[in-house]
This record gives sequence, C-alpha cells and structure tokens, in this order.
Amino acid sequence: MENNLNITGLVVNIESKKILNGISLTVKPGEVHAIMGPNGSGKSTLAYALAGHPSYKIKAGGIKIGNKLLSTLCPCERSRSGLFLGFQNPISIPGVSLGNFLRTAKSARLRKKKLDLLAFQEELENTSDALRLNKAFLERPVNDGLSGGERKKSETLQLVSLGAKFAILDELDTGLDVDALKIISKVLKDEVEKGLGVILITHYCRILDYIKPDKVHILVKGKIVESGGFELAQRIEKDGYSNFD
Amino acid sequence: MDTQTLTNEISSRKKKIMLKPEKGISSSLVEQISDYKSEPEWMRNYRLKSFEVFKEKKMPAWGPDLSGVNFDDIYYYSQSSIGEADSWEEVPKQIKDTYVKLGIPEAEQKYLAGVKAQWDSEVVYGSVLKTLKKKGVVFMSMDEGLEKYPDLVRRFIGSVVPPEDNKFAALNSAVWSGGSFLYVPKGVKVDMPLQAYFRINARRMGQFERTLIVADEGSFVHYLEGCTSPIYTSNSLHAGVVEIIVKKGARVRYTTVQNWSKNVYNLVTKRAKVEEEGIVEWVDFNGGSKVTMKYPSVYLVGKKARGDVLSLSMAGAGQYQDTGGKVLHLASETSSRIISKSISYKGGRTSYRGLVRVAKNAKDCKVKVNCDALILDKKSRSDTYPVMSILGKGAFVEHEASVSKIEEEKLFYLESRGLGKSDSEMMIVNGFIEPITREIPFEYAIELNRLVKLEMEGSMG
Ligand SMILES: Nc1ncnc2c1ncn2[C@@H]1O[C@H](COP(=O)(O)OP(=O)(O)O)[C@@H](O)[C@H]1O
Ligand SMILES: [Mg+2]
Repeated sequence: MENNLNITGLVVNIESKKILNGISLTVKPGEVHAIMGPNGSGKSTLAYALAGHPSYKIKAGGIKIGNKLLSTLCPCERSRSGLFLGFQNPISIPGVSLGNFLRTAKSARLRKKKLDLLAFQEELENTSDALRLNKAFLERPVNDGLSGGERKKSETLQLVSLGAKFAILDELDTGLDVDALKIISKVLKDEVEKGLGVILITHYCRILDYIKPDKVHILVKGKIVESGGFELAQRIEKDGYSNFD
Repeated sequence: MDTQTLTNEISSRKKKIMLKPEKGISSSLVEQISDYKSEPEWMRNYRLKSFEVFKEKKMPAWGPDLSGVNFDDIYYYSQSSIGEADSWEEVPKQIKDTYVKLGIPEAEQKYLAGVKAQWDSEVVYGSVLKTLKKKGVVFMSMDEGLEKYPDLVRRFIGSVVPPEDNKFAALNSAVWSGGSFLYVPKGVKVDMPLQAYFRINARRMGQFERTLIVADEGSFVHYLEGCTSPIYTSNSLHAGVVEIIVKKGARVRYTTVQNWSKNVYNLVTKRAKVEEEGIVEWVDFNGGSKVTMKYPSVYLVGKKARGDVLSLSMAGAGQYQDTGGKVLHLASETSSRIISKSISYKGGRTSYRGLVRVAKNAKDCKVKVNCDALILDKKSRSDTYPVMSILGKGAFVEHEASVSKIEEEKLFYLESRGLGKSDSEMMIVNGFIEPITREIPFEYAIELNRLVKLEMEGSMG
C-alpha cells in the first residue's frame, strides 16, 4: 500500500551464513508490531539488515516504504527515507556532543533547506524534558559514559528529533527500570499516535502493557513461526519458546 | 652628485648593500648579521660561539630522514624574508586553492603567501599594545627586545635552551632573527590571547625566529602563534627556538598552529622552565611541513609545578610528523600530562616520541601520558617511542596508548541517522581530536576543523 513498510521474503547472510530465512512483514503507519524470539534467533539481524549494515547482506527479498525501494540504498539514504533503527547496544562516539551530532544530522537530512537552529534546539530541549534528561545531556558526547537507561533515552530522543516514518527498536526496554520504561513508553506512544509505525523487538510484555501492539510475531531460527495479538506475547512470557523447537 | 651626498646615499642604503641575500652559512655571515643589527658585543660573541657549536654537533641520529636538509642551499638572513614569493603568479596553485577553500580574503591571501610585504600592525593593533603597556607588559619583536631590554635578554636567552642542546638550537642561536620577546610583570594577568591579535603577522615569523617569554611571579599569559592557512615559503628550513621562564605561581599557555608548506623541514626546540607552583601548557598543532621534529618540553624545577603538553599532528602524502613531549620532574609533588593525538592519511607518517623522567630527589610526582593515533588507510603509518624513567619515590604514573582506525560500527551508527559517509568520517575524526581542539580558542578550532576536512577530503573510505 501507499505508505506502508513492506518487507518481503527477506533472506539475510552474515558472511556466508544464512541468518534470516525469508521474512515478510507489513507495517502500516501508526501500527505497532512486536517481535519476540529466543536469543540468537535473528532479531537484531533483521534490525541491522533493515537499516543497511554492510555486514548483513540481503540475498533475496526487499524492503520498501510505499513505492520506494530501500534495500538497495546506503544506510544514510534509508534513514533519510524515513527508517529509524534504535540500537540494542548504541556505540559511543567520543568527542562528539549529542546536540552537535543531531544538528548536523538534521541539517544533512534537510539537504538544500536550511535548518532553523533555534526551533530545532527548542524541540530538542522539549523532548529532553519529556524524557527527563537535563539540558547538559545534549552537551555530552554521544553515548559516551552513559548508563544503559540513558543510552535508550538518547535513542528515543534521536528518533523523535530526527523524525521517521518507521522505527525498528531493538530491545529498547532491556535494562530499563520501571520509571525509565514509563517515561520512554509515553514519548514513544505519542509518536505512534502521530503516525509512526513501529517494530518493537522485545523479550517482555512489560513494554507492551504501555504500548499495545497491533500484532505480535515470533521469530525462531530466522523465520516468523507464528503471528497473533497481544495474547501471544502473554503466552510466550508464561511458557517460553519450547513449543517452537 | 658630490662625494658627501654619495656617502649619505650609500649609508642609507647600507642595509641592502651589506646583506645581499646569499645562500649558505659562515662565521662571516654570522658577524654580518650581528653588525647589521648593531648588536652588543656579547650577542655577537654568543652567535659566533653558537655557530662553532652548530658545526660540531651531529644531525639527530633518530627519527625522520633529514638528508634532504642542505645547509648550503638555505638563506639565513634577509631584511625581507627571503623565500617569499615575489609575485602572486609564483605562488603554487595548490596553495592558492587552499586559501580559497578556507575562505580567506584576497588581501590576506597575498599577505600569507608573502607577496605583500607590509601590514602595519602598529596602526591596526595599537590600542591593544597600549593597554598592555599600561600594565607593564613588554611585548615586541626579539630584535627590538634586545635593543630596549638588553639586560633582561642577556639574563634569560639560552638559559632554558642553550646552543649546546642540539644542532638546530645552535643554528638558531647563531642566525636568529625575529620572534617575540614577552615579559609579564609580577601579578599581571593578560586576559586575551596575545598573538591572536597579530595573527596576520604570522607570515613574518621567519625561518629562524627566537622567542623568549618571562612570566614573573603570579602572572598569567596566553601566547598564540601561527595560523591555519598554509604558509608558503621556498626556503626549506624552519629552525625556531622558544624559551619560557615561568616564575613562582605564574601560568603560561603557549598555543601553536603550524601549517607550513609541504617542502619545509620544521625543526623546533621549545622548552619551559617552571618554578614552584607555576604552570606551563603547550598546545601544539602540526598540520603542514614535509618533516616536523618537535617535542615541547617542560623542566619542572620547583615544588608543585605543573606542565601540560597537548599535541595534535596530522600527516598526509609525503609528510612525516615526529612529535611528542618531554618532561623532567626535578622537584617534589610536580605533575605533568602529555596528551598526544595524531592522524595519518594518504600515506603520511606520524610518530609519538616522548620522554618523562622523575628525578630521584623528586617525591610524590604525578605523570600522565596518553597517546592516540588514528590511521585512516593502509598506506599510512604511526609509531610510538615512549621512554619513562621514574626514580623518585611515591610517583603516580599513568600511561595509555592506542592506535585505531575509523571503526565500521561507529560509521554505521552515524550513517544510520542520515549523515553521509564522508560527513560521518569527519565527525569521528573531529571527535578524536576534540580533546585538543577544545583547548584552542574557538575561532581557531573552527578553522582547524575546516582545515582537517580539507586535508582529508577523499582520503577516507
Ligand atoms: N556480526 C556477526 N558476525 C557473525 N555472526 C553473527 C553476527 N551477528 C549475529 N550473528 C549470528 O547471527 C545469529 C542471530 O543473531 P542476532 O540477530 O543477534 O540474534 P538476536 O538478536 O535474536 O539475539 C546468531 O547465531 C549470531 O551468532
Ligand atoms: Mg539482539
């Protein structure tokens, strides 16, 4: 459809090893799809492959937003086309402040148009407030010396301020305390209400209590083995993945 | 024309007649330089003695290959700096292009390239000089300093870097010309970086400049030399000497931004002697030149004295930056920090060469050495040569070294936010050098980042 994120028959290799074995998924704007699955089943691989990491080679299938084919583009162009990856373990970039990074990235995304620096700064500060991050946070180097919770807040701040149509969030909730989880979920939910489509990779129902998923998919050994509603997530949390072996 | 007029004419033109620029060095040239400047006898002897030392001293046996330095093929003295281009047409295209890319106005471009000989700093910066004078700060060229304050100069020149120190210090002591003489009286704090207002004059810093800074008790000054614009010269040797005396409780920061054209051997001796509770900070950027050998050094001679050496070097095609630092802890409770960062690309070579010594009678000293090299491609190279000798009791020593390239995971992270590949690489490089650039005045830091980008364009990925 016109504005959907469409993943069709995606096969992904790392080096010569096949990790994803034909994933198909359609996410509409404003929808939340949860992906659950045992460790090593390929969840992060799906996230990286969507964002275009060079080590994750797409061997078959494709990724589209609307009619635009993303799977042949570089990571930067995929991002500019509206796809955002929230990293499971965001890497630190010493010496580069988050504020400077976001201003530069936002400008680059606007291409020819000039960024309204004041308006952008205000937006950054508002989102930081909503995430309970103090102003000095924007002056700190990207992910450097941050706690796990702060890193996930930083990912959320980046998502909101850079703007995206679809976000794939890789274990955004892992390692968060209850308060941080609530805060991040609230900000994310606002974005979903404004039309952001989300693929939420998670091990827990906790975050799904805050952000109700439209669909839940179970990924095992590189394949989606079952899809369902919220009750599927609850079943997994109770019984684990043993039924899928 | 009668004889008298003719004699007057000749004596008024004496300068030109006496010192026709000629290549090569001899004791007679050294004498001529001294005579021409009408120097006191002791300076004349100092130069001559230094020249003897120069002849005896061997070339450094380590580090970069200096066989390209031909002492007979160099101009050692000239009224207008020899080696400047005579006309704009003579300036190499590559240099002109760089000026344009850096956005330097044309008038300034010509000045930097040495085409325009005069820039009247007295007129432009007179008010700054006046404020300094009121505070008792002496700030003038070394030549003028020798003329007006011969006793001060005599007392301190060579007291930190004697001619015997090394061959190039000896050469400088024999033929020096230009450089700055700066004296800051007791308790006076100079609140603006000094050379910043004179940056346009960086072109005139000359090939054998000699700088002497004396900061009296409790004073503070930040001295800044150089500029990011490439400095063009056809003369291929720059052998400067900088001496700093930091008296009790005083603090001196000396910032250098060096971007010589890529034919220059840049062999500089910089040293500071720091008395009790004094602080010296060397901030050193080396971007240009063919070869640089420079290890700003600090002698901590008084209790609780402190010395920092922050250096950043980058070497591209055909360049070798051999830089680092040297600290001698000669008193107790002294502390030092060497932070060295280097970037090599397009086949360039950098090395860190450092020496830290804590004397036996110096107790409870703190030493921190941190050197990081970033290598952008397989053709480029970086080495570290650290030497430490810790004899004093209770020393706290930290040493970290790293060699890295631009990590793919970092690149991917930045690109995944919509930054292009080369922008992402630049951002990582700028982050890498940030510990140094944050110590440099803002407008210089901006220029520096621009220069780094310009130099590295197309070298990555
Ligand atoms: N960079 C990599 N190099 C080699 N193998 C990898 C790499 N990343 C992931 N894998 C392998 O791919 C499989 C899926 O990993 P991953 O996508 O991280 O799983 P999940 O996120 O579901 O825990 C695992 O077998 C893992 O060992
Ligand atoms: Mg994972």
